[in-house]
Amino acid sequence: MAKVPVQFRLNGSDRAAFVAPADNLLTLLRRGLNEFGPKYGCGQGTCGTCTVLIDGELQLSCLTLAATCEGRHVETVSGMANGPTLHPIQQAFMEHFAAQCGFCTPGMLTAARALLEANPTPSREEVIDGISGNICRCTGYEAIIEAILAAARSGQVRRA
Amino acid sequence: MARHRGRGMASVNYPIGMNLGGDPSQALIHSNPDGKFTVALSAIDLGQGMKQVTRQVAAETLGVPMEDVYVDTADSDTGPHDMGSFASRGTHRMGNAVIAAAREARGVLLEAAAEELEVNAGDLVTDGRGNIHVKGAPSRSITVKATAQAAQFKQGKTIAGRGIFLIPLSTVDPQTGEMNPNTAFAHASLVADVEVDDETGEVTVLKMASAYELGRAINPKMVEQQLVGGAWMGISHALYETPEPYYPDPSHGPRDFNEYLMPGPGDIAPYSITVLERPAPDGPFGGKGPGEMCANPVLPAIANAVYNAVGVRVNDLPITPEKILRGIKANGGARPQPRRGGG
Repeated sequence: MAKVPVQFRLNGSDRAAFVAPADNLLTLLRRGLNEFGPKYGCGQGTCGTCTVLIDGELQLSCLTLAATCEGRHVETVSGMANGPTLHPIQQAFMEHFAAQCGFCTPGMLTAARALLEANPTPSREEVIDGISGNICRCTGYEAIIEAILAAARSGQVRRA
Repeated sequence: MARHRGRGMASVNYPIGMNLGGDPSQALIHSNPDGKFTVALSAIDLGQGMKQVTRQVAAETLGVPMEDVYVDTADSDTGPHDMGSFASRGTHRMGNAVIAAAREARGVLLEAAAEELEVNAGDLVTDGRGNIHVKGAPSRSITVKATAQAAQFKQGKTIAGRGIFLIPLSTVDPQTGEMNPNTAFAHASLVADVEVDDETGEVTVLKMASAYELGRAINPKMVEQQLVGGAWMGISHALYETPEPYYPDPSHGPRDFNEYLMPGPGDIAPYSITVLERPAPDGPFGGKGPGEMCANPVLPAIANAVYNAVGVRVNDLPITPEKILRGIKANGGARPQPRRGGG
């Protein structure tokens, strides 16, 4: 099938690519644009590690057609740090030992960012709800919940 | 119809590494011209913290800052042989191999420094901050970096070390069955409080408490991280996970994460942990390591708690609502068991 052009912003930079109409965003990011932040876990929207923000909204890149990103702003975990300075949520994950193997971490960080940018002072239940679409196999979630609550308490995550 | 509370306990003696021994680990360490050290291992860190633990062990033994040690576990083609990351053996086996390699490298490091300072290597000490000086005379010193450069470019020495740790394979006496099954046992006890709904068969883990004795906690925060994550996996194995729910009949098996059940962030229970440190005589700085035993006692403790709550003894995992309801039906109703210890 003929490929179609797609132009969008990726973590603040303009990008363009040719994609097959059925290509998903995750495939485009990883194979086409060498953006390896989002991970391929299940490929069917159940594990959450491919999570990205599209125009500020939490989306699963494995279930998003790449062509539908035309003109939109895609943000991945790679756009969170500012040079060597970690994003406050990344800093909190590090301080609370909220990662072990790290495979879920890109999705967890992105989900936490979406949560705190919409609700800077979430309750524990709201944090649990915010990461309920992301599977972690190592941490038992507690450290992740604690890290997100600590990032919220730091007051450094601004409402989007 | 009611919800019944139950408490269960389990204890575990956990052998570190392969039973009967015979599972070697090797480590190679070399210095670089900038005075930093590279540790080559073939064991893989899957997130348990093996890289960090071996880094601490190497730095402590070499007598250099931890920041100056890099642990490379990249490639079993180019690294020294290792049996692998399994059987909770990482800290114990690899840690000991790293100590052996670091001791040899430290010996050459001090010899090279002695040559530069024109003293006896036996009179030298390290300060752990990147300096080597004469015992009792801190002013007569040389940096590790200058020593590494002198060894490399002037003396023609390799500051390097080889290490292997092997507990020889124990034979089993055919007459008596006598053997040496393991040299390092870790221990734990865990109490689980659950609530069982006798109408739905659903089990909620209310809270857990444990005490773990695992030798010296070389990195206490990572020990805690392992224990918390491992306990989640224990709950998951006890109550949720199975690839073949009607084994040996393979039907109705899960095909993806929609069907393969695991507890989510909303299903975790408050968990308090006490870590007791009794350094192991043959462990690296006394460490045995948490490993698989993080999850092990959770399963029998929950099984016992379910029995305590409704009188149903489920003998195969996971303890699903279906099995509990069948048990309650067979017993003619829920039969809460007496609970000792109050609370």
